[in-house]
Amino acid sequence: MIAYLLRRLLYALPILLGVNLLTFALFFLVNTPDDMARLHLGVKRVTPDAVEKWKAARGYDKPLFVNAKADGLGKVTDTIFFDKSLAMFAFQFGVSDDDRDIANEIKTRMWPSLAIALPTFVIGLMVDVSVALILIFFRRTYVEWSGVVALVALMSVSGLFYIIGGQFLFAKVWQLAPISGYQSGFNAMRFVWLPILVGIVSGVGAGARWYRTLFLEEANKDYVRTARAKGLSETAVLFRHVLKNGMVPILTGAVAVFPLLFMGSLILESFFGIPGLGSYTINAISSQDFAIVRAMVFLGAVLYIVGLILTDVSYTLVDPRVRLS
Amino acid sequence: MRPVLLWTDGLIFLLLAGLIAFVLLVRRHEHLRAPWRKVAANPVAVAASMVLLYFTAVAVLDSIHFRLALPAGPSGETHYSPEVKSVLDVLSGPLATQQEKSYSAPFATHLFTKEMVTLPGGSQVRAYPRLRFGGASLHDPDRDRIGDILGRTGLGLAGGGLFWLVLWFGIRPWYGQGASRRTVRYTLLVLCLITGFLVALATHYHVFGTDKVGQDVLYITLKSIRTGVLIGALTTLVTLPLSIGLGVSAGYFGGRVDDAVQYLYTTLNAIPGVLLIAAAVLIMQTQLESHPGWFETGTERADLRLLFLCLILGMTSWTGLARLLRGETLKVRELDYVMAARAFGVSNARILLRHILPNVQHIVLISVVMDFSGLVLAEAVLSYVGVGVDPTMSSFGNMINGARLELAREPVVWWQLAAAFVFMFVLVLSANLFADSVQDAMDPRSRRNA
Repeated sequence: MIAYLLRRLLYALPILLGVNLLTFALFFLVNTPDDMARLHLGVKRVTPDAVEKWKAARGYDKPLFVNAKADGLGKVTDTIFFDKSLAMFAFQFGVSDDDRDIANEIKTRMWPSLAIALPTFVIGLMVDVSVALILIFFRRTYVEWSGVVALVALMSVSGLFYIIGGQFLFAKVWQLAPISGYQSGFNAMRFVWLPILVGIVSGVGAGARWYRTLFLEEANKDYVRTARAKGLSETAVLFRHVLKNGMVPILTGAVAVFPLLFMGSLILESFFGIPGLGSYTINAISSQDFAIVRAMVFLGAVLYIVGLILTDVSYTLVDPRVRLS
Repeated sequence: MRPVLLWTDGLIFLLLAGLIAFVLLVRRHEHLRAPWRKVAANPVAVAASMVLLYFTAVAVLDSIHFRLALPAGPSGETHYSPEVKSVLDVLSGPLATQQEKSYSAPFATHLFTKEMVTLPGGSQVRAYPRLRFGGASLHDPDRDRIGDILGRTGLGLAGGGLFWLVLWFGIRPWYGQGASRRTVRYTLLVLCLITGFLVALATHYHVFGTDKVGQDVLYITLKSIRTGVLIGALTTLVTLPLSIGLGVSAGYFGGRVDDAVQYLYTTLNAIPGVLLIAAAVLIMQTQLESHPGWFETGTERADLRLLFLCLILGMTSWTGLARLLRGETLKVRELDYVMAARAFGVSNARILLRHILPNVQHIVLISVVMDFSGLVLAEAVLSYVGVGVDPTMSSFGNMINGARLELAREPVVWWQLAAAFVFMFVLVLSANLFADSVQDAMDPRSRRNA
């Protein structure tokens, strides 16, 4: 097991390096620091002097890969690539354009993000699975047909409308929740329940429909027919056999996205004014703060790989037929 | 008049030509026709595809662009207007030009906000001024408005019905004894009635009201259709060569090629999609901004941005299709007929072209159709984040983004959101329903569950 994990971790390194190189290419080769400086200082009236100053303040004035001026190891380490890209492997994200430590910012903003993303995910999963099971239970009736139609309709509405509609109804018309904002600690409840609700509702269409197909596939297998043939009731077949086996792909799928919950939800957070990582990213994009975007890309890639490894491990835990090799 | 061929125009016509070629090909081969016959037997799919065709027609009309000649100057040289127009602009006629001052509700005759109005006597009061175009033909709006709207509605519906009769009897002999005749008939009727209604009323009223700067919302919505359809259709198309090429060769050749392709798509997948798109769009923006001389008109600039957005969206989504194709190719290459071909010494290129590709094409088709609705939805979110289409371009995302704060006004301005909601919902819903039935018909795996 440990050898397997180690091998997987080693396998993850080239992927992270690839992500790193790709972001480096995007942010420093295609789009040179000069371009960035000009974008920030205004395109038209900008002196070369101001550009140099802007670059020096952010450490973008070094050579890209090889620093001929430095001695010894400095030839490689005193470069943009080492400073800005490789440093991320040590989670040294540097500072943002408003001179704040990005790593520190990520640590504090992680919690509000989790306060939204975790309940949305867990409750959402339960709701989706229950809806899917109900539809399976009423298989080949009008309940199932109309349920599936409703799900397709639900998933055809843009997520933005759920947020706008939810804010309008619950916060403005009925005044049940503040429109946006956040407080830490126990007071957070007042602010987070609406985003969570909106998040669950906007996900139920696609989620429940997908789980329904998973359950349907399970329900058509031979062992289910055997269970019915030996006289088990429909509920027993459904809950004791189909649910248990159908949960294998669902749970392993959930494990894969679980680490990414840390990244928060971009749209929900920015609409509801939650100071999490999602709104952090959105703000960085709209203020064109490339340092933050780069850090978030790297963080996302790390979490994605953690998710992949967790999935493999969880498969072996729940399905004895799968062996690590 | 000088025709203008934007990049996306060219691609959409290419797509259309490809679609026609595909239909002709399918008609000639019985084994290709069989699954489509199944789709055609499904009334929901038929209705959905007709709605999609309607949307596509609007998008195509909006893709034939030209620039009008300006009145000749003293030197006798002809100059062309910097404004690029499309056939849809011409067809929608007054809609594009009848601009009010500011917000007005659907079917309103007066502005939504009070303004200083000069009375005939010369004194000034704060009142709701009459609209310049909405219901301008009425003498006494309070009394005549409802009657006028109802009259025009009747006229529009009658016209639409008449048009439907002509159309239906025109295509009936050609349509023959199809399984879903009734569906075609009634969907056509509904589409004709809606068109008739809109044509009759939109010329005299603002059916969906006007937005902040007084632009007719129906017109903006019609223009947004092209953006939505383009993003949905072109994105998968522009990256199709990449995903087919890499996916199939990874599955067929295995070994090093497989490792390299798998590494490539795992790496791309590891980057959160929105962030990769955002990064790429930000970079593109800087590039466009530092080269203002690349474009003759603002429309061309917005168009190139749209094309880039399609490419970038495609870059993040090709991995899914490539993985599916790799898996399917792994299976197909072990089949007897491929083995036989190899034993006969047929070249790899020929095996791929004659034996592998035709047997994985259903996956490509399903994926193109399935991705459409998701991409239309993604456009809205990306435009909200600020990395979507050009802010000057009409799109559902820009509409929602602009209308977002209108709900917070008192009284509420709801019509722009409502229009975007209705049109987007119908487009995405029909795309979803159509995709579902295509998948059911093509995918042997889902057939088992039916």
